[in-house]
Amino acid sequence: MVEPLALKDHSGESRIYVERAVTGFGILLLLTLFLVARLFFLQVIKYEEYATRSDKNRIQVQLLPPIRGLIYDRNGELIADNIPSYNLTITVERVDKLDETLVKLRGLMNLDAEDVAGFHKRLKRRRRPFDSVPILFKLSQEEIALISVNRYALPGVEVEAKLVRHYPQNELMAHAVGSVRRINEKDARRLDAVVYSGTDHIGKIGIERHYESELLGKVGYQQVETNARGKVMKVLESNLPVPGKNLVLYIDSSLQRVASDAIGDRRGSIVAIDPQTGGILALVSKPSYDPNLFVRGIDVKTYSELRDSPDAPLFNRAIRGQYEPGSTIKPFIGITGLVTSTINPEYSIEDPGWFQLPKDSRLYRDWNWTKSGLGGHGTVNFEKAIYRSCNVYFYQLAVKLGIERIHHHLELFGFGLNTALDLPEAKNGLLPSRQWKRDARQLPWYPGDTVNMAIGQGDVLVTPLQLATAVMVIANRGKWIAPRMIKSGSKRIDENAVLPDDVDLVPDHVWDLIISSMEKVVHRGNQGFGENGTAWAYIGRGIKYRMAGKSGTAQVVGIKQGEVYNEDELEERQRKHAWFIAFAPVDNPQIALAVLIENGGGGSSVAAPIAREVIDHYLLGGNRGVARVQLSEPVQEEMAGIN
Amino acid sequence: MSNDFVRQMPNSGFVFQRKAGLGDKIHLDFTLMFLLLCISAYGLLILYSAVEQQTAVVVSQMFKFGAATVVMIVMAQISPVVYLRLAVILYLLGLVLLSLVYVVGIEVNGSTRWLQIPGIFRFQPSELMKLVVPMILAWYFHDRHLPPKPKHILWAIVMIAIPVLLIGGQPDLGTALIIGASGLLVLLLAGIHWRYIAGAISAGLLSLPALWFVLRDYQRQRIMTLFDPERDPLGAGWNIIQSQTAIGSGGLFGKGLFQGTQSHLDFLPESQTDFIIAVLAEELGFFGVVILLILYILLMGRGALISLQAQDTFGRLLTGTITFTFFVYVFVNIAMVSGILPVVGVPLPLVSHGGTSILTLFAGFGMIMSIHTHRRITL
Repeated sequence: MVEPLALKDHSGESRIYVERAVTGFGILLLLTLFLVARLFFLQVIKYEEYATRSDKNRIQVQLLPPIRGLIYDRNGELIADNIPSYNLTITVERVDKLDETLVKLRGLMNLDAEDVAGFHKRLKRRRRPFDSVPILFKLSQEEIALISVNRYALPGVEVEAKLVRHYPQNELMAHAVGSVRRINEKDARRLDAVVYSGTDHIGKIGIERHYESELLGKVGYQQVETNARGKVMKVLESNLPVPGKNLVLYIDSSLQRVASDAIGDRRGSIVAIDPQTGGILALVSKPSYDPNLFVRGIDVKTYSELRDSPDAPLFNRAIRGQYEPGSTIKPFIGITGLVTSTINPEYSIEDPGWFQLPKDSRLYRDWNWTKSGLGGHGTVNFEKAIYRSCNVYFYQLAVKLGIERIHHHLELFGFGLNTALDLPEAKNGLLPSRQWKRDARQLPWYPGDTVNMAIGQGDVLVTPLQLATAVMVIANRGKWIAPRMIKSGSKRIDENAVLPDDVDLVPDHVWDLIISSMEKVVHRGNQGFGENGTAWAYIGRGIKYRMAGKSGTAQVVGIKQGEVYNEDELEERQRKHAWFIAFAPVDNPQIALAVLIENGGGGSSVAAPIAREVIDHYLLGGNRGVARVQLSEPVQEEMAGIN
Repeated sequence: MSNDFVRQMPNSGFVFQRKAGLGDKIHLDFTLMFLLLCISAYGLLILYSAVEQQTAVVVSQMFKFGAATVVMIVMAQISPVVYLRLAVILYLLGLVLLSLVYVVGIEVNGSTRWLQIPGIFRFQPSELMKLVVPMILAWYFHDRHLPPKPKHILWAIVMIAIPVLLIGGQPDLGTALIIGASGLLVLLLAGIHWRYIAGAISAGLLSLPALWFVLRDYQRQRIMTLFDPERDPLGAGWNIIQSQTAIGSGGLFGKGLFQGTQSHLDFLPESQTDFIIAVLAEELGFFGVVILLILYILLMGRGALISLQAQDTFGRLLTGTITFTFFVYVFVNIAMVSGILPVVGVPLPLVSHGGTSILTLFAGFGMIMSIHTHRRITL
């Protein structure tokens, strides 16, 4: 305060303050009057209206839960619908003595301690006053009648009808569309209580889960006046629920059924895709389970049986089962060789039946290697390497390529990726690389790893969905289209599509070479010993269309520790997995698929006939052509452990 | 202390003169205390009804009032000079604590507002700021020219904005708004030019649409609900529909104490805290609410009078701001429950259940009493 001019004008400041404080207090009084006016409006002018709402009749908001969207297959066949189910509920606000009411109910119907405990648990969750809480689900007609007769003695107890999910195809579609489950405590905490008002179920797995927001719909409500006993006197206002969207899937129920039957009692999986749309036509994983069990609420015993079964029926092999691809990987290794010009289409080798890395004594054998040294495939060019499934050709090619180029190009076919648009639960498989091995195993990449990779063994893992997708990319000559379940009902689908680049193969007729090689796997026959396509003897005869395919037989990785099997089963479960990938017709592909039979044995002998059966049904409309039964000619030489 | 000398010059201006009495000797203001007692008692009665006549809750609330009264008396004994000197330190401490909330705060119902001192107690640093923000601004302006220059206004706004943003981010929109409002009240009382006020109001109105994008979903929901409660009767609209029904059905004289159907049949949510005015309106009617409003106005009138008699800028600004901020609580709470303003968590002062807000309010009144009774000369 050195400058004299800076002296404060205290009387002036005081005057300003007085002016402000008085003005402020005036505004304060005005605003208070405004509040008084508002209260006057509510309490005096609108008194009648609010008094009737609140006095004897009480206003209540009732929930109108939306109807969950239906799921259809491509032909309009229902996969998931809703059927009415009757629940016993209690509105505790209307019950004088809850304990007495519960005792009365136990006298009337089959109500056990577990039901009562569940009721108390649900009662503790956040809820609006006068919301009813269910105590017993799925009442029978007799139970409904019993409650109706005794209603006068049970105020607050109601029978409520609700629509619940029903899967008319039972086990068939369980792994393809997933299912809804009852909302549990953990869900309730996470979910928006308003959006899920009045809804007991939520999509927990598969399509039901992925398209939950479309299927759910929007909850409606009505404001009603009720009397003191809770009877609705008048509906003041209602806002109808918006039903969930109906979804149409690419799935073909009849094809799914044929595929499921073809696997039969074995463990396995089939994924079939329409190469033109990417639509998944069949997605089978066997054994399966009845999803309706989960809608109703499954009892502990049934659940643990399903969960602990060695056949793992709850496990979705089609998208989560990861297996060694075996020889089905060979076309993709071959394409890598051609794309990178490491080999040209004319390139050929002399196959002695074995392969050795330089400075390494280990012998990598071909599948027809013999001690006598007479094995091997002789002179092998690209086509023969595929249709005879020659290991040595691919050993050499893979070593020339090196793991980097193999990794890069296999990724272009979707290996190691989940390219499906609406199957987020799908596993990525494992496409090994130098980096991966260093991170996961703290080991360098050995040349021997590349050799193993050439025939789909070692660390590489794929799911049936991935192999079906990869063969679809071949059918489309390198053009990518992402596999998808949904045909219509949601537009959410294309937004999250991140796909590998198309596989450019120059010139285009190189694709002809690859496809014709795979065609010969199925169709090249009557050529004499060691010259037929590996699958010809099993499916190549009497076929009415051209099919391109490749068999594979994968080693079983090993039995999980701690699992106990009896002797017979142990032997069965150590057998190799059978693979077959295919598409048809060759000149205008309509279907691409992968078939896996766990511990099935040879890919050509076990998996290929199933592939043929499924494709026959799809292309020929149920007139099953030649099946496994037509294997009349002697084909001994082909049976000898075809890879 | 040349400043003090200058400030003690007899005023030719507009000054209320008064004589020292017993109250000044023990540093209390009996008028304020009497009004506080009336409102607290009335509030306890309403609370007793709102909690279904559970004596224990009311007794515990009485103890909170008792503790708050002790704090008020202690704060009234401290000289305003101490508050003036502590303002900066308290402000900086408050900012540190608010920042700490982000690091080690405890999350309750989706927002992080509390600090826990292990094993002892937990508290909300934002409560402290309700008093400290008016203090720091009163300190800032006490030796500056008034009306404030634009530069000083700008600095003042920065001092308000930092804690407001920190609290708004917790998120605690209600408290952030109250503290922001109290800061702006200091500016208003300091004599900021009406031109700026008009400018700020129009700028505020213009920026409303932009604000919309900053708000969180549930906050937008509340605003939408205000215009049309029936839009979302299951979620945010439920409270408004039920509280309006409770208020409206009270009529002129109410349904009688403990007779409210809306509140006692569990229709009315938050009936003991933010929505307690609906219980009063339902049971004691329009007149019951008007009585409470009259008590509030008398209390604030006394506060305003004290601020007019204060001898320096610091005292004037601080007492004035505490008084007018009290009104912001009253207005926002009642406007929100009766459906004029969106639902923000602001309690009804001295009536809503809960100890923290009562403590802060009584501490504020303690400071008012301190300023009023520590006078340098008796005229």
